[in-house]
Amino acid sequence: MLNYAVKRLGLAVAIVSLAMFLLFCMIYLVPGDPASVALGPRATDAMKEALRARMGLDQPIWVQFWNFFTGAWTGDLGQEVLSGRPVLDVVLEQLPYTLILIAGGISWSVALGIPLGCWAAINRGSFADRLVGVLSVAVIAVPSFVIAIYALLIFAVTLQWLPAIGAGEPGDIGDQLLHLILPSLAVGLGWVGYIARMVRASMLEVLEASHIRTARAFGLPDRTITYRYALTIAILPTITLLGVGIGQMLSSAVFAEIVFARPGVGKLVYDAILTRNFPVVTGAVLVTTVIFVLLNLVADLIVGALDPRVRSSF
Amino acid sequence: MRSLRRLLREPLGVFGLSLVLLVIFGAVFADVLSQWDPTRINPRDRFLDPSADHLLGTDQLGRDLFARVLHGGRIALYVALVSTAISLAIGIVLGLIAGYGPRWLDNLMILLFDAMKSFPTVMLALALVTIVGPSLTAVMIVVVLVNVPGYARIVRTQTIAIKSSEFVTAAQSAGASTARILRVHIMPNVIGPLVILASMDIPVVIAIEAGMSFLGLGVRPPTPSWGSILNDGFAQIRETPWIAIAGGIPIIITTLGFTFLGETLRDVFDPRLKGR
Repeated sequence: MLNYAVKRLGLAVAIVSLAMFLLFCMIYLVPGDPASVALGPRATDAMKEALRARMGLDQPIWVQFWNFFTGAWTGDLGQEVLSGRPVLDVVLEQLPYTLILIAGGISWSVALGIPLGCWAAINRGSFADRLVGVLSVAVIAVPSFVIAIYALLIFAVTLQWLPAIGAGEPGDIGDQLLHLILPSLAVGLGWVGYIARMVRASMLEVLEASHIRTARAFGLPDRTITYRYALTIAILPTITLLGVGIGQMLSSAVFAEIVFARPGVGKLVYDAILTRNFPVVTGAVLVTTVIFVLLNLVADLIVGALDPRVRSSF
Repeated sequence: MRSLRRLLREPLGVFGLSLVLLVIFGAVFADVLSQWDPTRINPRDRFLDPSADHLLGTDQLGRDLFARVLHGGRIALYVALVSTAISLAIGIVLGLIAGYGPRWLDNLMILLFDAMKSFPTVMLALALVTIVGPSLTAVMIVVVLVNVPGYARIVRTQTIAIKSSEFVTAAQSAGASTARILRVHIMPNVIGPLVILASMDIPVVIAIEAGMSFLGLGVRPPTPSWGSILNDGFAQIRETPWIAIAGGIPIIITTLGFTFLGETLRDVFDPRLKGR
């Protein structure tokens, strides 16, 4: 297990390093001089020169790369162009909003997906099973931003049941939860489908297993068998699925944040691009990539701990 | 032919196929189905309700929404076809190299593919647009970057499985060149399942195009795209909700159609891929 964990961790570090390299290339390739962009058209050459020196842009490219690389690993992602605040602070300030939104999306997808998949598996081949199958595929197919806009249109604009804008009053948990319902639904709805399919498939597999047959032979009630012995095993694969899922929910979260005008990392990057605040763009992309890689790492390690076959195939 | 008949026996497959055909029909005959120019601005006809004259009403610049939806279909299908083809070509080449080449190259490429996939799609799109600026090309690059790692991995796995089989060993001992083995013996065995998987990715591609255009990072105005119509509608969602509805419905129809069709095709052609 330790061997597997070390190798897997090495892969994660390599991926993050590669991501840093790609981001550095990206900064380097962005057209226009960052200093003149930041200072505007009326800046003098001396001012630009000073800013360039402060940003380290006057040094050779490999020195710049090394500074960026070592800085990024130690949490120094540079300063915001206008205010000069450290980018990491700016990103970390917005991160909780996005994480809460994704947690809301996971709650929706787990709360709806597991019962639906379980129900479909128990009633295998019935109309209910087919309906769950078609609906799962349908919610996976429709892009989250369409769901977000239609949810906004139906529940916030037309019916006016739920608020349309913002993250709610700070400190008022009830209000914040109310503001979370629609965006998190838009983020999580597609994953209801994935989880329902996954749970259904692994449920069908588990229900055939010999220990379930033994439990049946002993005359245990169906409910006990289904929920206590079968489902607890059948939901294991959803852990890995959610590891991947959180990364994709991050993408949906960007749209949900923009549509519902919520604060968060997605909105931060989007606004930073519009204002050409590039250090914030790269910083936020890097932070989200690291989170994504970490989550995949954790998911793989959990599964590796539970299933020796995964460890040996690595 | 037998496969087609089996496809037509599946209600979901027929439903998907009809939706796809509807979208293709609308895109191909866009000029015939609506006499309005999708980009012509008509200040006096702003925000008209849907009527016999303007089937879906008009937007904030007085442009006919039905015409814009039909022409938006052309953009969506064009992006889907071209970028999927490019992704397939690159994915096959990279996968063959990784699967057939030396071990260190294989490991390096796997690392690259994993790193590519470790960028969340939207973040990748946002980062890329900062370099090349918003355009249809940017959309296609994002699609290729998103699709290639997956395709290359599948090709690599298949190649490794096939390369130790007897007919490849026979070809090697008969003196066939590496290029010939890859082209004649390995590629045909790899391409079938891959094309089916790629066709199932078309909804994802369409979602990426619409999503980027929705954020203003894709197709430039005034070119109609479903995403940019949706964005116009989002800006006016309280006053004139039909613009947002007009932008969203074709996206839903297309993604559902291709998904239902793809799922059925996969089950009909290649039961082994079931559940992927």
